[in-house]
Amino acid sequence: MKVPVYMDNHATTPVDPRVLDAMLPFFTEKFGNAASRNHSFGWEAEKAVDDARRQIAALIHADPKEIIFTSGATESDNLALKGLVEMYREKGDHIITSVTEHRAVLDTAKRLEKQGVKVTYLPVDKDGIVNPDDINKAITEKTILISVMMANNEIGTVNPIAEIGRLAKSRGVIFHCDATQGVGKIPVDVEAMGIDLMSFSGHKIYGPKGIGALYVRRKNPRVRLAPMIDGGGHERGMRSGTLPVPLIVGFGKACEICMQVMPEESKRMIDLRERLKEGILQKLDEVYLNGHPTKRLPNNLNLSFAYVEGESVLMGLKEIAVSSGSACTSATLEPSYVIRALGVGSDLAHSSIRFGLGRFNTEEEVDYVIKRVVETIQKLREMSPLYEMAKEGIDLKTVQWARD
Amino acid sequence: MAYSNKVIDHYNNPRNMGSFPKDEKKVGTGVVGAPECGDVMKLQIKVEGGRIVDAKFKTFGCGSAIASSSLATEWMKGKTLDEAEKIKNTEIVQELSLPPVKIHCSVLAEDAIKAAIADYRKKGE
Repeated sequence: MKVPVYMDNHATTPVDPRVLDAMLPFFTEKFGNAASRNHSFGWEAEKAVDDARRQIAALIHADPKEIIFTSGATESDNLALKGLVEMYREKGDHIITSVTEHRAVLDTAKRLEKQGVKVTYLPVDKDGIVNPDDINKAITEKTILISVMMANNEIGTVNPIAEIGRLAKSRGVIFHCDATQGVGKIPVDVEAMGIDLMSFSGHKIYGPKGIGALYVRRKNPRVRLAPMIDGGGHERGMRSGTLPVPLIVGFGKACEICMQVMPEESKRMIDLRERLKEGILQKLDEVYLNGHPTKRLPNNLNLSFAYVEGESVLMGLKEIAVSSGSACTSATLEPSYVIRALGVGSDLAHSSIRFGLGRFNTEEEVDYVIKRVVETIQKLREMSPLYEMAKEGIDLKTVQWARD
Repeated sequence: MAYSNKVIDHYNNPRNMGSFPKDEKKVGTGVVGAPECGDVMKLQIKVEGGRIVDAKFKTFGCGSAIASSSLATEWMKGKTLDEAEKIKNTEIVQELSLPPVKIHCSVLAEDAIKAAIADYRKKGE
């Protein structure tokens, strides 16, 4: 086993060697511009892009023409929200989203608010799930968009997307889904799920960084978007710019592999995740699961270790790459807004650790992580005044803390 | 976040980690911070003849908070109460090469020193 062990696959994934092999020729001998219509270099590139578009569309049950290439899911989210609001502004000025969305959706929504758009941020339940009834109640005649993520990037909770899609359809509202963490990990069917716009990206599914897609429905209804980037009119005029053919080829190959291995891979991920969870829970008390116990991504485990602070845990796990919802690990110095939205105290948000399993993790690595996590938490609890107080029977919630 | 070697050393080999019985007359205890803010420090001193003969800490917080309190116990030992009270957070920042976002850890350590001394003095009254 090699250290450091990478277990942060929600942040990014390594490129699958099969993906890299597919990409390499398109950097050198097959370097054509897919928009060059009058020579073989262009035709070759165009064919490669068409093939990739088919591979990507197949994974989500879409038509290849409905795939718009972008630089990644952040751009896709921006294009979906801003492009739709610009196009449908006369129809309405209200959008509905949830508090646990990725910042690419939340910050875009905040910018739109500055431009006069009204935004409803729906709460989630204790497991992180958006309630479709809340969406139904929030819809007004001015509502033009519902944007709810498929699976959360921190806690892995999977939302009832098909139900939300049916609701959106019945109320005549366009439905955008940020499926960055879901695509390639769980079955996605834009038809069955009633999704009209969907963001996803290459580097979360063992493809390259710098490439993503926005699925844009062409019929029932035909969704129109104002472009954010003007130019040569690529991608049905919605996203101009020369297509990065090698990245697109890699993205396509990554989708093809995900489609082939998903049944087996998701089972393996669940087995590894349960092994990790059980291994830790057997050795440590007062460890809490964040997110839904079963309605969650196969590869996600998010735990709060009471009485210890997340950044100090990461420091102890220096040969393991995981991430924390602690304030100290964020640029904003605020603990994770996702975990706080679950209604647990901020103290448990500071204590949260996210394990993101991936295709290349092994049982041996999981066992090593269990061992190191247990050692680190025990050491830090030994050092923690909160653990000591709790063991003395003091209820920490009744303590008068000396705040700054 | 890249830590200085001194922070890493205090994290790996905390000095004077532990607790004294807080009801003992010659022990002063300071607890500062709050769990929801992500750091709580407990600093304790044992005083004999006006001098701090021993010190202990327990800290819930990031590596810099742990290192700041560990360092504080090292510096307090052997000092008189008046001398220990003069320890400044900026000296802790300098010694541990704390980056700007971690300065609050040193402030917390200074507060904990003062709180422990105040607690001891209160007991003597």
